[in-house]
Amino acid sequence: MTQTTALHGEKVSLLRVLGPGHVWALGVGIVLVGEYMGWNFAVGKGGAIAALIACWVAGLLYTCVAMIDSEVTSTVAAAGGQYAQAKHIVGPLAAFNVGLFLVFAYTMLEAANAITLGYLVQTVGTMAGFEGVHDKPFIVLTIMFLAWLNYRGVYATLTFNLVITAIAFVAIVILFAAVKPWGNEVLKLDGLLNGLPYGWLGVIASIHFGLWYYLGIEGTCQAAEEVRSPPRSLPLGTMTGMITLLIAATMTWYVCSGLMPWEYLGQAITPLFDAARLTGSTLLMVLLFVGTMFSTLASANGCINDASRAWFSMGRDHYLPVWFGAVHPQNRTPYRSIVFLVPVALVFAYFAPLDQVITFSILSGLLGYTYMSFNVIMFRSKWPLGVIKRGYEHPFHPLPAIVLLLLCALTYFAVFLGYGTQLVAMMVFYIVASLWFAFHRYKYVRRGDQFTMAWPRPQGY
Amino acid sequence: MNSFQFLEYVAWAISILLGLWMVIDLIRTNRAYSEELLLSSREGEIDDSLVIDPTHQGGHR
Repeated sequence: MTQTTALHGEKVSLLRVLGPGHVWALGVGIVLVGEYMGWNFAVGKGGAIAALIACWVAGLLYTCVAMIDSEVTSTVAAAGGQYAQAKHIVGPLAAFNVGLFLVFAYTMLEAANAITLGYLVQTVGTMAGFEGVHDKPFIVLTIMFLAWLNYRGVYATLTFNLVITAIAFVAIVILFAAVKPWGNEVLKLDGLLNGLPYGWLGVIASIHFGLWYYLGIEGTCQAAEEVRSPPRSLPLGTMTGMITLLIAATMTWYVCSGLMPWEYLGQAITPLFDAARLTGSTLLMVLLFVGTMFSTLASANGCINDASRAWFSMGRDHYLPVWFGAVHPQNRTPYRSIVFLVPVALVFAYFAPLDQVITFSILSGLLGYTYMSFNVIMFRSKWPLGVIKRGYEHPFHPLPAIVLLLLCALTYFAVFLGYGTQLVAMMVFYIVASLWFAFHRYKYVRRGDQFTMAWPRPQGY
Repeated sequence: MNSFQFLEYVAWAISILLGLWMVIDLIRTNRAYSEELLLSSREGEIDDSLVIDPTHQGGHR
């Protein structure tokens, strides 16, 4: 290999090759694992009916997120998603925090997925009669393989996600059809539903895990700099993704609640796979096991994609060392950011307990959603409709922002009920990081270079 | 050694190979291209006329 230098005017950037299908695969791919496992802990908190209420309340929260995100992202078409939005609309400190929320939410979720995949392979080994089986080799393999795929190129990465996510979604639809939801032959909802065993406090507590039905759909906007037509692809991919998840979440609840008593469902590790086992069909068991594996892989894959884009964007703006802002000239990927985040994910996947990793991810995501409600109000106030071109305009403004803020407040309370210490610890972490940025790192930021959108001066400035 | 333990060793071996592959490629890429080119990406840039695509337009390696 020979040494080369850039010719005058020559640049390298991320590759614009993605379509709405890839955006859908990125968003739904990250989230669908929440239908296969995790959502059902909401049942343990307040019963099956509480889990259904949580499903719809969280669905409302995320519909607001998807609408708000679609409008802002169709305008701020840049890698980094909400980080780039915050930089343009709110300010540097908010942008730094939002960037960190994104990186930690996705890296922790990636680690949680790898732990889960390792556990599944270990379970298969144990069920097959092998002794002394370990999950660690498969946890590490999951992270290394998906990081390598992301390193090689975004098109192959998200096409892979499209295929495995579609298979995982179709598996849920087939299971739903197989249990004949139009009758009581297989599903026993009449006998299994028992109202609200812990009352309305149980409903509030269940909202914490209700987020699992949709957590990560906002990740679609990280692809903003790699889609062929951001104003069209991002809203289309995000909104169809949200519709897909609402359908999948409701089907999942209906099937599982009709097959398992809430005492079991509330602590099951793989509820959809367990539901398939209860049908007695080997074909459905294999299908749902494949669906579980694929949804876990797709989620970890999308998380690597999103975390690396957020880290890359922060490096490119000097919010972090600029070294991370490099693009691979052949693969056209943020290769240094991808490689740097591998050991971070490995450390958490190898040493941290699963529930702590998941809670850190949820709380980081929740902080990001809270910011979104302020962000969109400031966006509409500084640049009202008609001032700049938008690919999508969300309806009923500011109602979605207000609803989002209220639901976030409710969810903080729900999380506090179960994980108060982690909530406080995480707040302290972000405050310390903010102090580091404000008093040390910000002097390296080239303030004028941060604003890249050709927008008019904001109203009131 | 049973067949599952063999699978575990295979998983470790593939992981190490993929990790080494990425690190070696990262070092080779850093050496093969100037830092100016590697850091030339700009946010929100949609003018593809200036952007090189080594696969289709020929890279300078």
